[in-house]
Amino acid sequence: MTSVSPAVTAVRSGAEQATGRVRKRLSGRVASAVAIVIAVLWTTPTFGLFLSSLRPEDQIKTTGWWSFFSDPQLTLENYQEVLFGTSSSSGKMASFLINSIVITIPSVLFPLAFAAFAAYALAWVPFRGRNWVYIGIFALQVVPMQMALVPLLSFFSEGVSVFGLQLMPAWELEGPARFAQVWFAHTCFALPLGVFLLHNFMSELPGELIEAARVDGATHGRIFRRVVLPLVAPALATFGIFQFLWVWNDLLVALIFAGGTPDSAPMTVRLAQMAGTRGNEWQRLTAGAFVSLVIPLIVFLSMQRYFVRGLLAGSVKG
Amino acid sequence: MNLDFDFAAEQPKLLQLLYGVVAFCAVVALLLLLLDRAPMRQKARLHIAILLAPALLLLTIGLIVPAVRTTLLSFMSGDGASWVGLDNYVWMFTQPEAVTVLRNTLIWVALVPVLVTTVGLLYAVLVDRSRFESVAKSLVFLPMAISFVGAGIIWKFVYAYRPEESEQIGLLNQIVVALGGTPQQWLLDPPVNTLFLIVVMVWIQAGFATVVLSAAIKGIPAEIVEAARLDGATPVQMFFRVTLPSIRSAVLVVLVTQSIGTLKLFDIVRTMTGGQFDTSVIANEMYNQAFRYGETGKGAALAVFLFVLVTPIVVYQIRQRREAVR
Repeated sequence: MTSVSPAVTAVRSGAEQATGRVRKRLSGRVASAVAIVIAVLWTTPTFGLFLSSLRPEDQIKTTGWWSFFSDPQLTLENYQEVLFGTSSSSGKMASFLINSIVITIPSVLFPLAFAAFAAYALAWVPFRGRNWVYIGIFALQVVPMQMALVPLLSFFSEGVSVFGLQLMPAWELEGPARFAQVWFAHTCFALPLGVFLLHNFMSELPGELIEAARVDGATHGRIFRRVVLPLVAPALATFGIFQFLWVWNDLLVALIFAGGTPDSAPMTVRLAQMAGTRGNEWQRLTAGAFVSLVIPLIVFLSMQRYFVRGLLAGSVKG
Repeated sequence: MNLDFDFAAEQPKLLQLLYGVVAFCAVVALLLLLLDRAPMRQKARLHIAILLAPALLLLTIGLIVPAVRTTLLSFMSGDGASWVGLDNYVWMFTQPEAVTVLRNTLIWVALVPVLVTTVGLLYAVLVDRSRFESVAKSLVFLPMAISFVGAGIIWKFVYAYRPEESEQIGLLNQIVVALGGTPQQWLLDPPVNTLFLIVVMVWIQAGFATVVLSAAIKGIPAEIVEAARLDGATPVQMFFRVTLPSIRSAVLVVLVTQSIGTLKLFDIVRTMTGGQFDTSVIANEMYNQAFRYGETGKGAALAVFLFVLVTPIVVYQIRQRREAVR
């Protein structure tokens, strides 16, 4: 509320102008104050956690983090212990951090590629029944993944059998190979939204561009690579960052498909375990939680533009 | 403290990651190669098959078939051996522990979308065009990047309880004590504890509402705002007569999205209370029944009920989106 056109100001009488200005300034100040209160309120819990994670263990357990300001003592010991400590209670978070990375990278790449292929076909390769396929994939967004968890797990552990006839063997994955299950599950669950989002962007590309390439004799592979992909790069970035945050922060899929051991479980699973069984070991919980926050925060801050664009395009996974 | 972290033991995982990435590159390269080789005019079907097959195959294996099987399982006994008709659904709506779960979910869905929208709208209006707008929005937006598990821990720390005679380490109890009250175990007493869990969800999602609504507010045509101001509208009138009606569809988007997210909520409850003390919700109970108690039938029934609850909202959302696209 800053710009008032000069003509309007000139017409107003002096007194009116003065009260108006005072009121505006007052409401502006109140508004700013409320906004600042909300911002502080929103930031304090995270700040408290961060500060606590840097305080010595005996202090975290006996005094609040605000007493840091009267008795400042900082240490990195909590991080050392939670990341690299090898006693069973210490967290071993470094191992889970690696698991998180191993889970996340392919779980972002696969759906990105498959969704892009499918979206291209649905947008630019005309065929009979195309609309129905699109609507079908689109409608799958309704299905909550809870609907798929039990059968998908048995698909991995028992294979497929119809009336006693074994059509597909169990995957029987052990050790690090279990990651493949998690990649598979994340890829399946990401596709409906991914196809929808990328199709939205691809179908808005100018048709002449694709037609021109086609007339020049380019194959679909070439059009896809050289024309479409570069133009929808921002959409790929948007979907990529969504999927990254989703997978990195996911607990449910990981609990079911990755198990709970340092062999394959990601950090979220470990943190949930620690919050449950050692709910009062705050020195480890705070440091561990902060380790898990840092990477998505960095990605998020550096790619906020794409994230916001995606939000506004309605790409929120339900 | 023993810090002999065994890095060598981590190598197989990284090798597995390498396999995964190599497999990814190989699959993509193969698909592209097939596309290039298949002649353009004659074999359109081949192109379509190559492009669509991976997605359709995965959707069939990963979503469609499992969803059908879950629906069937919901009419079967816990071990999936015999048909039990509607028993699982009867259990869901009659047994006290299951009814509590439904009641909690209802509380969540009734409160979260409204609270998130209110806070987001208030904040978006207040910081609109102020000097520190972008920083302010980022601060409220940041929790969006944090996992629900992380947020659960952050807030568990805020709610931490120490007996009255010792010093408090949780911020909320410290404030209560400073105001002369006695410290409480916030997460133990139903039904209030659910409200304290809801605060966490609102804290995470308010940034989403702020961003969406703020963008909508900026989209209001300047002439309308100017005209209202010329007519001498007070800020309050301005908000209710101009701003709110103009961003109605964005408000609906937020309400709808939040309703869906809230219905499926799992992580916060699981991290903060594990569903104990009467705080469980549908998604959490579904996990417990199906994966901890081995009651597949009951878990499946809960999943189907969740699907039934979500469907009308998603259908509505899709309609909205389509209109927005047009």
